[in-house]
Amino acid sequence: MSNAFQSPAGAARVVKKNRRGNIFMGGREDKPLKRLVIHLALVVAAIIAFFPIMRVFSVALRPSNSILSTDLSPIPAGATFSAFEHVLTETDLPLWLFNSLVITIGTSIVGLIIAATGAYAFSRFKFPGRGVGLTLLLATQLIPAAMLLVPLYILAVNFHLANSYVGMVIGLSVTSVPFSIWILKGYYDTVPIELEEAARIDGCSQLSAFYRVLLPLSTPALAIVFLFNFLAAWNDYFLARILLSKDTMWTWTLGLSRFQAQFQTQWNDLAASSIIIAVPVVLLFLYSSKWLVSGVTAGGVKG
Amino acid sequence: MSTAVIWNAIGQVGLTLVVIAVIVAVLEVGLYLLLVKTLKTKHAIPIMLVAPAALGLAVLIVWPLIWELRISFTNMSLKNFKDPQFVGFANYIAVFTEPVLKLTTFWQLLAQTIIWTVINVTCHVGFGMALALLLHRKMRGKGIYRALIILPWAIPQIIALLVWRTEFSFEYGSVNQMLGFFGISPIPWLSDPFWNFAAMIFVNVWLGIPFMMVLILGGLQSISPEFYEAAEIDGASSRQSFRAITMPLLRPVLTPAIILGTVWTFNNINVPFFMNPNELETSDILVTAVFRQAFQYNRYGDAAAFAFIIFLILLAFTVFYIQKTGSLKGAYE
Repeated sequence: MSNAFQSPAGAARVVKKNRRGNIFMGGREDKPLKRLVIHLALVVAAIIAFFPIMRVFSVALRPSNSILSTDLSPIPAGATFSAFEHVLTETDLPLWLFNSLVITIGTSIVGLIIAATGAYAFSRFKFPGRGVGLTLLLATQLIPAAMLLVPLYILAVNFHLANSYVGMVIGLSVTSVPFSIWILKGYYDTVPIELEEAARIDGCSQLSAFYRVLLPLSTPALAIVFLFNFLAAWNDYFLARILLSKDTMWTWTLGLSRFQAQFQTQWNDLAASSIIIAVPVVLLFLYSSKWLVSGVTAGGVKG
Repeated sequence: MSTAVIWNAIGQVGLTLVVIAVIVAVLEVGLYLLLVKTLKTKHAIPIMLVAPAALGLAVLIVWPLIWELRISFTNMSLKNFKDPQFVGFANYIAVFTEPVLKLTTFWQLLAQTIIWTVINVTCHVGFGMALALLLHRKMRGKGIYRALIILPWAIPQIIALLVWRTEFSFEYGSVNQMLGFFGISPIPWLSDPFWNFAAMIFVNVWLGIPFMMVLILGGLQSISPEFYEAAEIDGASSRQSFRAITMPLLRPVLTPAIILGTVWTFNNINVPFFMNPNELETSDILVTAVFRQAFQYNRYGDAAAFAFIIFLILLAFTVFYIQKTGSLKGAYE
């Protein structure tokens, strides 16, 4: 595989090149009937992908006297925004969102700093334990998540970190480090070492060559890792369930799942909360999805 | 939610950052004195760079693993949490000889997990590949299709699962209503063992296709069009050029994706946990069974032994697959 795919700029270049068309890209070669079949297949796929989302919007708009209707129309009769108002003003949803946000931002920053420096050592130096270290980092990905929960709970209790932001930030950022190091190492490997050597000849120390030359060049990969950590922390449920028992500390994942258990029938509240939580994340995700993918492959694939 | 809450949160997180910075500084100064001043080793810089990550992983992953290993040889449970007794390999033997939960045995759970993993990964790769091939051409509305099909990956997973759970509900869920249009009587998706397992797989397939599709689409775009042009001149059919050009050139993308996908599906605790509100043991896979054993039945010793066995199964699979395909070779250079 060429290096082009490993950087977003390269991917964009490849796309442009392909515009000339070939068997797979050339719309000209497709016969009208074939084109119709392709569009039909894609429309079906898009409907299946989109269906539950459409349902959430329609349930969220239901007035409270017809929550359990079996109406399947996208915009229900008597549509109203009262569920949105209700969850934002009369439930703890704003607090849960705030807790999630604090934990997520803390995690993303701490995880990124630890991984960026660690990956630099693995990419640019030969040192005893390097191969073993890389293998162990990979092996951590095989550990079933449930396996670490009991000892992590005991650690948190012993260090008085249960029911605190601190415990969640440390727990989530460290568990995301191995994956981040692999992604960043894969990206650093594609940056020519000559650039740093040139900087050192001009009088930079080893470490200032790292943060003046390599780090700025790796901005796309750093953004990917930040985003991965962000999404992992934002969507975490099980660590929160173990560490956060006080309801004032709950993250939205805990709040929403208890919410559903508690009010089994308040579907419009659940739907409205889901929309409030999901819309910013989905927009962020769609905006950055191209880089997300190049990041995954950069970690595992080389040359 | 008040200003006091906000200030408290900022204070806590700020304090965390300061404490972490102090720990790292102390660690680095100590290492500097040891490695540079005392041992005078040339490996000082990389070791100092790796040190914070290594310390974090040692405390939060290695120590818990050692603790689990120790516990797996004892009969620790909620009753004797403080003074568990050493029981040798009894827990490991019990995993294979006694029901792991109330009824199901290890072998049944293993079979369920394998069915779950194989169907899911096959569907992810198959449908992902099909959609990627359909989208990899000049056509109208390509961007819209891509954005819509990618949505299941973009939504926070817990939300997607809670939504699907309500859609699969017996009386009011839209799935049963739509089946009603075709004259099919409602299906108990959440309480019948077979249908619950089917619903679980459906939802996970729905969740996993976009990732594979985007990944394969990226791989397709990195294949130079010249190959196809040359094949066309030589008179190759599009099926032949798919098998001779597309598949081999996609392998560097597909192999790690399949390994990762298999491990993630095997270890997927979210979907089987949330899609199974009635706690049917027939819908459990190995990792959800470990979670229940530890946190619902509080049998910590048994669960630790069980978890190690699962870990070894995955390790064997991964080592076998990596050796066979020779992927990751470049990463160690």
